[in-house]
Amino acid sequence: MSEIANIEELKKLAPPAELRRAPVVEGNQGLGWLTDKLSAFAEAKVPIWWWIAFVPAAFAATVIFPVCLFYQVFTGVGVWGNNHPDMWGWDIVNFIWWVGVAHAGTLISALLFLTRQHWRTTIGRMAEAMTVFSVAMAGLYPAIHVGRAWFDWFMFPIPNSNGNWPQFKSPLMWDVFAVNTYLMVSSLFWFMGMIPDFAVLRDRSTTRIRKGIFSFLAMGWTGSAWQWHNYEKAYIVLCGLCTLLVFTVSSIVGLDFCTAQLAGWHATIFPLYFVIGAVFCGFGMMLVLLTSLRKLCHLENVITLSHIDKVAKLALVSGLIINYIYLMEIFIAWYSGDPYERWVFGHRFFGQEYWYFGWALIAINVCVTQLLWFKKIRSNLVALFVIGLLINCGMWSERFVIVVGSLYQDFLPANWGKYHPTMWDVGLYIGTLGAFFMLYLLFVKFLPVIAISEVKGATPQGDPHHPLGGAPKGGHQ
Amino acid sequence: MSEKVYGLMAEFHTPGDLLRAAEKISHGGYRKWDCFTPFPIHGLDKVMGYRNSLVGWVSLAGGAFMFLNVVGLIWFANAFDYPLIVGGKPMFSPPMTFVPAYIMMIMGGAIGALVGMLGINQLPRLHHPLLFKKRFEGASRDKFIIVIGANDEKFCATETRQLLETIGGANIEIVEDQE
Repeated sequence: MSEIANIEELKKLAPPAELRRAPVVEGNQGLGWLTDKLSAFAEAKVPIWWWIAFVPAAFAATVIFPVCLFYQVFTGVGVWGNNHPDMWGWDIVNFIWWVGVAHAGTLISALLFLTRQHWRTTIGRMAEAMTVFSVAMAGLYPAIHVGRAWFDWFMFPIPNSNGNWPQFKSPLMWDVFAVNTYLMVSSLFWFMGMIPDFAVLRDRSTTRIRKGIFSFLAMGWTGSAWQWHNYEKAYIVLCGLCTLLVFTVSSIVGLDFCTAQLAGWHATIFPLYFVIGAVFCGFGMMLVLLTSLRKLCHLENVITLSHIDKVAKLALVSGLIINYIYLMEIFIAWYSGDPYERWVFGHRFFGQEYWYFGWALIAINVCVTQLLWFKKIRSNLVALFVIGLLINCGMWSERFVIVVGSLYQDFLPANWGKYHPTMWDVGLYIGTLGAFFMLYLLFVKFLPVIAISEVKGATPQGDPHHPLGGAPKGGHQ
Repeated sequence: MSEKVYGLMAEFHTPGDLLRAAEKISHGGYRKWDCFTPFPIHGLDKVMGYRNSLVGWVSLAGGAFMFLNVVGLIWFANAFDYPLIVGGKPMFSPPMTFVPAYIMMIMGGAIGALVGMLGINQLPRLHHPLLFKKRFEGASRDKFIIVIGANDEKFCATETRQLLETIGGANIEIVEDQE
């Protein structure tokens, strides 16, 4: 009787229903069930929708992409629309866009781990994969934008007989370090997170080949207390380092712009502007991937509406910060009294060219984002999918407005010139999109798409201090 | 193929059971034993008596090594080997080295963390006696396994088995060391 009395008392102390935290996994039937559920997709037969998505992505990645890439490398940057004064065009727009997509991934997997948000365990792996693949796409653009891709090694501090050393005082040089580090560190983080899950797939594998591959990848992981002890330390250290990268990489990309004298670029707000813009854009991509994959991979119990709601809220917060920065940018342009600044910002919305991108930016990043205030919208997956796509378009427009909008009309009217992308610009962008989705689909099919061990640790069955996890009745002693 | 005994293995069904069992084994004076779990168990580190992991220090060493190396590299490249004047600024000043050095510190720290984790855990390793046990596959699924090593001073095939039984271990099996 005393036990029942205790439970009744506990129920009285528990917070009201609307304040209780949503469970990390819905309808959880235990750790074994969860393991089956989470590894099911990697082990099942390839579904038809996967092929339908994979074939066009693979076509773009293996045909359009190399054709556009090699034609540009063999012929020169002239095949793009880049020409004086618009020396930066789609290549840099897409570079920033891809770096941006990466950032939300790191933010979700690293920063939310440090703040102990258990719900991130279910979406962290997907977010990390998004980071790794999009940074790889981003890194490609500057490498070929230099024009002579075979001299890319000049950018690295390699001793050589010509005495070519990089100019370390330039933010463009810092970019080389930043993007490479970002790719390297996010790949390491992604891989390390997967080691225990490779062990899960190894132990479940039924064929010799699968067993061999996953044994190799799991590197002999046994899950001993000693291994977990060191693993957790390494994980938290990597999370800390990745969080630093979220705020560093896009800041440095922002510095590329604000160290220039050009009106519209020369502003101290740029590093922050780029970081928040990147995160916002990435949350858009996250919404697209989560809403579609949850349905296609039958992960409704794991990627719950509550988790998607939280991602949407984070998108809203970063969107609001971005809106504030737009306002500040315009205000500072007016307040500076600089006629060139005022000219550039006026022409972003009322110029002869490219004004539609300026309005796309307002329509999507400012107006559409406000829809996320509504609970009804945040629980409507189709709406979130569309909003996610729109945010990506909006942020792409923003980067276009920044890059081309400032370049095409600078201080001297004699120096003005229009920018129009060519089919090679478009083709390369489609190619990188294809490569991204191809890699992502391969990841979804063959690797553990959800962090199996992390999710299990975040359930009540995995908590030694919870009755379901085997804690003694009447509470922990 | 010579077969020696590697240890005794027992299964537990919940992390709470494992934690209590681990406490009792620890009080029982065993030293060469370990718990194998599908995910880290909160509080197990304390029971096992682990101190702060060394991985953090390896990471710090990697980060510091990279940071100082890049500062040195920038001095060597831009001030010593091929002095380069940019905008009338000094050839070398510590603040200007900060950004690349900081970025590479992150790289060094990350590599240090991964390599340190693998090194201290003695990974990669392609062979482990436990990986031959069919029942051990549960350790990555929903079972919590304790193995007491045969190389422990207190190890005794009968007494240790008894201990594992009294603390609630199920499916107690001998693990062979296959060379």
